[in-house]
Amino acid sequence: MASTATLRKPASGFRISRKMLPYVLSLPALLVCIGILIPFFTAVIYSFQRYRLSQPWARQFNWGENYLNFVTDPAFWNTLKVSLLYAGITVALELLLGLGIALLLQRRSTINNFISIMLLLPLMIAPALAALMWKLMTNPSFGILSYLASLIGLNDFRWASSPDTALLTVILVDIWVYTPFIMILLLAGLRSLPTQPFEAAALDGVPRSFVFFRITLPMLTPYILTATLFRLLDSIQQFDIIYAMTQGGPGNTLTVFQVEAYLNFFQSTNVGRSAALLIILWAITYTLSNVFIKNWLRLRERARGEA
Amino acid sequence: METTSPIERLLRAVALTLVVVFFMFPIFWIFLMSFQTNETILTIPPSIVFSPTLSNYAALITGKLQTAAGTLDIAFMRNLGNSIFLSVASVAVALVLGVPAAYAFARHKFKGSEDIAFTLLSFRFAPPLLVLLPLTQYFQWLGLSNTYFGLIWVYQLICLPLILWIVRGYFEDISADVEYAYRIAGHSWFATFRKIALPLAGPGIAAAGLLAFIFAWNNFVFALVLASADKQPVTVGALAFVTSSGIQYGQIASAIVLSVTPTLALALYAQRYLVEGLSLGAVKG
Repeated sequence: MASTATLRKPASGFRISRKMLPYVLSLPALLVCIGILIPFFTAVIYSFQRYRLSQPWARQFNWGENYLNFVTDPAFWNTLKVSLLYAGITVALELLLGLGIALLLQRRSTINNFISIMLLLPLMIAPALAALMWKLMTNPSFGILSYLASLIGLNDFRWASSPDTALLTVILVDIWVYTPFIMILLLAGLRSLPTQPFEAAALDGVPRSFVFFRITLPMLTPYILTATLFRLLDSIQQFDIIYAMTQGGPGNTLTVFQVEAYLNFFQSTNVGRSAALLIILWAITYTLSNVFIKNWLRLRERARGEA
Repeated sequence: METTSPIERLLRAVALTLVVVFFMFPIFWIFLMSFQTNETILTIPPSIVFSPTLSNYAALITGKLQTAAGTLDIAFMRNLGNSIFLSVASVAVALVLGVPAAYAFARHKFKGSEDIAFTLLSFRFAPPLLVLLPLTQYFQWLGLSNTYFGLIWVYQLICLPLILWIVRGYFEDISADVEYAYRIAGHSWFATFRKIALPLAGPGIAAAGLLAFIFAWNNFVFALVLASADKQPVTVGALAFVTSSGIQYGQIASAIVLSVTPTLALALYAQRYLVEGLSLGAVKG
């Protein structure tokens, strides 16, 4: 055949063998991988060292000491507690709200489509800037939310500046930014469900609560799981909103993992402790992300199959 | 068609109104605030009736703020320029590196391909500071601290996995048969990629690029750790802006409005692709 002859003669002067081609193409991605893995392993090494930027001469391996110290360190337990509280509360509330809004918008209509596009906007605002917006709105001297709080009798409601309400305030900002993420995924999921089971249930006069709990919810589960894990992975390492809003304060009220690690590194220059904190956070997210990727792959294959 | 009672319809309408108010009000309020002077902002009770002023925007654009203590120089326009440059350059680099790799991953199952793809994906979910803090020291040794080059390189951490996984999905959706036919007709691998695969995956590549742009623009922590004032994008710049003294509240608001407008406009333009992009291809909108 003539075509085999032409195949052997590529247009370009130099020739990359067929076997090598995929490797050459993915080389940059591989280099970025290496570029990530080198600092990652460096961080692992830091976490096993006594290493303070203020005392570089005292730098030495202390093996597990940074980790062992955590056991008796109330600041570490506070970090763990606040991080888990923050992630747990934000994701639970966002899931409930997101599911509720998705159900409200489920029917395709001009107004519903318009609203679902509008609701995407908070998600597209940088979380750090969203925190600043809410900071302006909760300012004690002119913030609209402080004014509204005073109208219902909360005259000295100090939002993020009081240790009692700081967590509540950043959770509120997180909900404002990220509920649309869960909403839009679940809405797409709801609209992709097969219609036959619902038509059959309607014909049989099955009560709506039964339809919801026995048909809608089980069929939506893969979407709910993917959206929840996705959010949980982001939320447990939230930095932008909390740092922009309060820098971890007041006091140590909001020193979640990444904020605490940042402050340890740049303020108390305790590199060893900072790295150990981040490795523990990494272990948590690594476990979660393995579960997530499994679910995500299954959903992804299904979406590709429908294409 | 489900039958709904009037009461249920009313409740649904009320619930939806509350949802829209909660999610839209902050944007609306900050937008209004950006046209107000400090005097109107500090009025109690707050009112949505006021005589709008463009002075906040004028001050930001000229970079001169008149305060009680005299004139203050601010570099917000520089931050805005940095944001544009960093985001555009990062996405361009990510596309040049990521699209061929995505094609290789979609078309050739080769040793290590899944390992690379999954390493990139799993670090998408790892704490960014874990990589960033050691990087500050490597960057000092390499002389990359506070350079655009170093920042664009680090921005690949977010842009590249996004491009790789989304575009890979689009390539997998295209049947390889057309490409085989074109190659058998005697065209080189590169011609097939350029003339057949790229145009077919074009909309997907554009959507992934827009989404990567939004993520790069909205990033905060990379530049906070690795850049000083003259290289900082708006996310970090606006924060410094708030804490500096003598700044008027309306000017903070107008800085926020200028900072979020590009991503909001892009999101509205590309909303059709957002669902698929945000879920990294797992959910089709």
